[in-house]
Amino acid sequence: MTDIADPLSAEIQGPSPRQMLKSRALSHKGLIFGLSVVLLLVVVALFAPLLAPHDPYAQSLMNRMVPPVFMGGTWEHPLGTDHLGRDYLSRLLYGARVSLMIGAIAALISGVIGTAMGVAAGYFGGKVDAVVTFLINVRLAMPVVLVALAVVAILGGSLTVVICVLGLLLWDRFAVVMRASTLQISRRDYVAAAQVIGASTPRILLTEIMPNVFNNLIVIVTLEMAHAILLEAALSFLGLGVQPPTPSWGLMVSEGKNMMLFEPWLVLIPGAVLFVLVLAINLMGDGLRDVTAPEGRS
Amino acid sequence: MSDMLLSVRNLTLDIPTGSGILHAVRGIDFDLRRGETLSIVGESGSGKSLTSLAVMGLLGKSIKRSADEIRFGDTDLLKANNRVMRDLRGNRMAMIFQEPMTSLNPAYTIGDQLMEALLLHRNVSRDKARARAVELLEKVGITAAASRLSQYPHQLSGGLRQRVMIAMALMCEPDLLIADEPTTALDVTIQAQILRLLVDLTREMNMAMILITHDLGVVARVADKVAVMYAGELVETGPASEVFATPSHPYTRGLLRCIPQPGKTARGARLGTIAGIVPSLVGEVTGCAFRTRCPHAQPSCREAIPMRGTAGHAFRCVFADGALSEEKGVVA
Amino acid sequence: MFAFILKRLGLALLVAFTVSFISFSLLFLSGDPAAALAGETASGEDVEALRRLYGFDRPMMVQYGDWLFSALRGDFGESYYFKLPVASLIAERLQVTMTLGVCGILFALATAVPLGVAAAIRPNSLIDRVALFLSVAGQAMPSFWFGLILIVVFAIQLGWLPPSGASSWRHFIMPTIVLGYYAMPAIMRLTRAGMLDVLNSDYIRTARAKGSGEMRVLFKHALRNAIIPVVSLAAVQMGFMLGGSIVVESVFALHGAGYLAWESIARNDLPTVQALILVFSMFYIVFTFLADVLNAWLDPRMRSA
Repeated sequence: MTDIADPLSAEIQGPSPRQMLKSRALSHKGLIFGLSVVLLLVVVALFAPLLAPHDPYAQSLMNRMVPPVFMGGTWEHPLGTDHLGRDYLSRLLYGARVSLMIGAIAALISGVIGTAMGVAAGYFGGKVDAVVTFLINVRLAMPVVLVALAVVAILGGSLTVVICVLGLLLWDRFAVVMRASTLQISRRDYVAAAQVIGASTPRILLTEIMPNVFNNLIVIVTLEMAHAILLEAALSFLGLGVQPPTPSWGLMVSEGKNMMLFEPWLVLIPGAVLFVLVLAINLMGDGLRDVTAPEGRS
Repeated sequence: MSDMLLSVRNLTLDIPTGSGILHAVRGIDFDLRRGETLSIVGESGSGKSLTSLAVMGLLGKSIKRSADEIRFGDTDLLKANNRVMRDLRGNRMAMIFQEPMTSLNPAYTIGDQLMEALLLHRNVSRDKARARAVELLEKVGITAAASRLSQYPHQLSGGLRQRVMIAMALMCEPDLLIADEPTTALDVTIQAQILRLLVDLTREMNMAMILITHDLGVVARVADKVAVMYAGELVETGPASEVFATPSHPYTRGLLRCIPQPGKTARGARLGTIAGIVPSLVGEVTGCAFRTRCPHAQPSCREAIPMRGTAGHAFRCVFADGALSEEKGVVA
Repeated sequence: MFAFILKRLGLALLVAFTVSFISFSLLFLSGDPAAALAGETASGEDVEALRRLYGFDRPMMVQYGDWLFSALRGDFGESYYFKLPVASLIAERLQVTMTLGVCGILFALATAVPLGVAAAIRPNSLIDRVALFLSVAGQAMPSFWFGLILIVVFAIQLGWLPPSGASSWRHFIMPTIVLGYYAMPAIMRLTRAGMLDVLNSDYIRTARAKGSGEMRVLFKHALRNAIIPVVSLAAVQMGFMLGGSIVVESVFALHGAGYLAWESIARNDLPTVQALILVFSMFYIVFTFLADVLNAWLDPRMRSA
């Protein structure tokens, strides 16, 4: 054999899977951007009482519709005030709390429901699968906005009601994706092996199935969070979601709508913040999917 | 006037990758006369499929092709534009692929796909094209040919689909047929039938064929000439009979030891294997690429090695006899 | 294929039946529909009178059966607010919503499919990046906000288009864009992914080896296969869009069925709301059924099955 220094015989040594995941994540611009913006807004939401220059509920009829700094206002109200003289920046900061809380809790509720249904359908198959698939079909046939609006209107608009209604309505994508991933995983040999050695069903679900569908689950959690935030904003915009005076971004757009002709920034600012938050969450979700399953990019 | 059909000189294919340029094919030469069958043999990744795609002009956009000459009949393929290449493909040169299951378009009938090449290249009516399709389906041994035309690919077995692929390639009576591992994906019994069919058809239509395979058993039965490729390079070329009788490159001998030969391989004897793996071709590659697996490797193997031997039967090794004497010495 | 259609039809009917039950039972979500209808100021006697008038004193299943059989005959009861038959109320408003839905899905397809194809032909090119940007932005865009911005720019600042109403085709331009842009990202992504997948397939190489020109390869061989899943998605999106038109109609004051739904929900006009939920669901069920049939017909593997 040749001596060791021959470049052709040098052993090809690749980076470990963990290193590759890390380098893929760090080089994914969308993921980095999305994650940074989401983290920033989470911090803003958590520390809103410290960061807000004013009480978001304090009205001042003397200071109505003060324009923001960049439109000739003062630093007293950096983003101006609304039609009741409330500080716009403070309402915006508190609004981040409403959006993120609704997004997170609704995604959690629907995630638990949808994952349970999807995993059960994928793992047990047969009648369970038929029932779950049927329920998904029924759920998809119901117009979400309309049903959510109707239910919120009947039960009365409050944060709790909106969160629960969205959580109970948005489980479809969890169920669809978890069903498909579980179906795929449970056909693998190691699941069959676990069944052969007599592992109990809960044990197989927890130790063999869940860890392997977890990546997909995280991606859907982020995407559904964005979905819930958008829906809450739409419901509040239509006046049938979170009720005034709670600072919800959708509600702020709705309240600004009447003054849109003269003060378009009243609509532009909360809408833009909403857009950026949802964009960031979606980029984060897409990024997570690209990074954890690079071959499945679509 | 000359019966030379295809000349390839110094064909080189480079693929840019994240970690450098992959020198997939380096300095390949070969000639093919009308009616001749050349077999290109090598392991997966040796660049044999890329070589054939380079001749067809079907390489992906990312692959860079360069050569001193690629001449097909009277056409200089290096200078040919897309339009000229399109007129040649499916018309004067045709290709069949390894995967009959996925090589047919699932959305169109067998008949549509068969007739397409003829309708594209010849000014014929649909009726004429249909008649030709039926004729060729019969020729490739498909029964009830006329009724197959309205069937879809998913309704046919793998063996039948490969027959359809062959018929499709022959629609315009090409001068050159390139068959890229045409039998690899098929059952053993079907493999022999398809191979027989290809040989008969090339003889009958006086068609040249490039048969790409990793199976030397196939080559022995079919080819006039053999080109053995290893890691993107030709290591040995020559008439099939000579290469099989006196394999001159250590790699060719290694390959031949891997197949059982009637009368030579003793019952129960172990077949040969070639230890090691194919080297990475990213970055500068010089000298003999086989030296990392060759039992006779020398320091001088790292330098550029010219082809030696006769014009008919040539090989690329630092040893004048391809280290054959050493091997004999070891055995003795 | 006939067996497939029959099976699919059975599923559609079963889903429709279940949806009808759910939309009916919404009425009882508040506990006592008579009390809800009478309002907070009503006396106990008024509530009792309403209860008897609308038959809320009967068992729920009897009421459901009654409602379902009337609905099957096209009778959805009388609107509490308009005091008109709900069916004719909806029929009158549906034209605007259907126009909007059809325009919206056509706009979405007309932008998403060419963009998706162009992006797939040259991955990572400028056009691919533009397409990706448009789809990412579209998924994050609150449609009510997008609509308001269009009104500010094109109706108020530039004065090119009317801000609201439905009296001419120009009134439909902005709503179409807003509603279509909602459906566009998913269709674009699926077209791009499908084309990328198909363009890397063996049969595309076969088509090239035959000497097919690039246009023929793209549109005859590739798009024909890549478009099959897009058809299903477009139908699903169309169903979602009709349900989602409520937001767009309220922004642009288009008096369609979505607007009617919004008004009726705000007015506690439950018979109208129930009927609208049912009607929108039926549209979704019919569209997805038709899409599955069309799909089976487009895909020879299913057609002959």
